[in-house]
Amino acid sequence: MNGFEPKIVGFLCNWCSYEGADSAGRARKEYPANLRVVRVLCSGRTDPQFIIEAFKEGADGVMILGCPLGDCHYQDGNFQTLRRYTVLKKVLAQFGIEEDRLRLDWVSANEGDKFVRIVWEMVNGIKKLGPLHQARVENGKT
Amino acid sequence: MAKPKIALYWCSSCGGCEESVIDLAEDLLTIAAIADIVFWPIAIDSKYKDVAAMNDGEITATLINGAIRMDEQEQMAKILRRKSKLLIAHGSCAHLGGVAGLANFYKAEDVLNRAYKEVPTVRNPQGILPKVKTIESGREVRLPFFHDTVKSLDQIVDIDYYIPGCPPTPELIKEAIMMVLEDGLPPRGSILAEKKALCDTCPRRDGRPDKLKIKAFKRLHETEWDPARCFLDQGIICLGPATRGGCSARCINANMPCRGCFGPIDNVRDQGAKSLSFLTSIIDSKDEEELKKIADSIPDPAGLFYRYSLASSMLRGRQ
Ligand code: SF4
Ligand code: SF4
Ligand code: FES
Repeated sequence: MNGFEPKIVGFLCNWCSYEGADSAGRARKEYPANLRVVRVLCSGRTDPQFIIEAFKEGADGVMILGCPLGDCHYQDGNFQTLRRYTVLKKVLAQFGIEEDRLRLDWVSANEGDKFVRIVWEMVNGIKKLGPLHQARVENGKT
Repeated sequence: MAKPKIALYWCSSCGGCEESVIDLAEDLLTIAAIADIVFWPIAIDSKYKDVAAMNDGEITATLINGAIRMDEQEQMAKILRRKSKLLIAHGSCAHLGGVAGLANFYKAEDVLNRAYKEVPTVRNPQGILPKVKTIESGREVRLPFFHDTVKSLDQIVDIDYYIPGCPPTPELIKEAIMMVLEDGLPPRGSILAEKKALCDTCPRRDGRPDKLKIKAFKRLHETEWDPARCFLDQGIICLGPATRGGCSARCINANMPCRGCFGPIDNVRDQGAKSLSFLTSIIDSKDEEELKKIADSIPDPAGLFYRYSLASSMLRGRQ
């Protein structure tokens, strides 16, 4: 897997996690450039279709980051996310997409450090798994 | 004036869609009185070469059922497309890939091995698999090529209309054919069924609470269910809220929950993802461990949510 730089799509909720990412940036903390951020109003807005589309379009991993449980600005949005995610992971596994390629976590506005740690963990984890579409690329299908 | 011409063809299908045409019963005679059925391999003696000899656009409408798995089907779909003014995808397999499309969870090789070598009712000590070309007593015998994946019809040719269902009801088929013959078709690309979800017209809808809350999903054999109460309200998975209506709620009326054969409602790209979204939204738990247990009470979730639409879903099959 020499030189493999995974593509990771992150759906970050506007109120906590996006702020958290921003605070990491303001504090000039370094994190890998593999992450492409999509800002959503609430983690609960992350329709499973978005996640599936990200994988289809070439993401090797997808992260959903939301407000800590109990702190969602729309009350229950992140619990909705948690419910979907729990089942979606099992569905993706049946599609041959390993469970570790989808991660859900909670990052509050002042947790820049946690955000940075999660991105590193995700990137390193996906590097170990290798590219999702490797087989297809080798067969010349994509 | 010459009568309009109608054709029917089948691809990777179980025969149920053909049966749904036979179930038109006397109405078939009505149709035959105003149109000529020029090609229908299961019922009338016309040959491929008869179709090939027709002019382009000569057939007013062709209904094709079944998904596309083999090159012969692909070629027929293309020929019929050329010869027909309207091409209508008939049934879930043509529309979405259908149950046949579930094979996309496996490699073609695994499918063939399973069917020809492994199933307990097959004896094949020499391990013979179908081949495109075989020499048999000095003569060459050919079989259609078995593609890697299953496709829905519109992944092969342009489709003008869709009649959903596994199979569609005879009423819908009749309506569709009459629309063709009487020039009453909606905009091209339409799905000829309801616009709204099945729940909207479900006979069990009235007693259904506004907010459903489910602690565990029960399978049918694990419970005795009330034949008048909404399935979801009883903890039995029903995909009615995320499925297009138009089937006359025939499963519900037979006391079985909906499995989604009419496909998604308009503007939904991935029926499985949408069904998953809605089903998880009614789970009544905020606890991670409990949620995992509840998730485990859904056996084969991908097979459930994508039962009829895997081949046309965003991922189309195993990655
Ligand atoms: S969930 Fe099923 S049983 Fe309940 S109203 Fe909808 S279609 Fe009918
Ligand atoms: S109830 Fe659902 S599965 Fe049954 S025919 Fe209607 S749409 Fe198809
Ligand atoms: S607003 Fe952040 S998870 Fe809902």
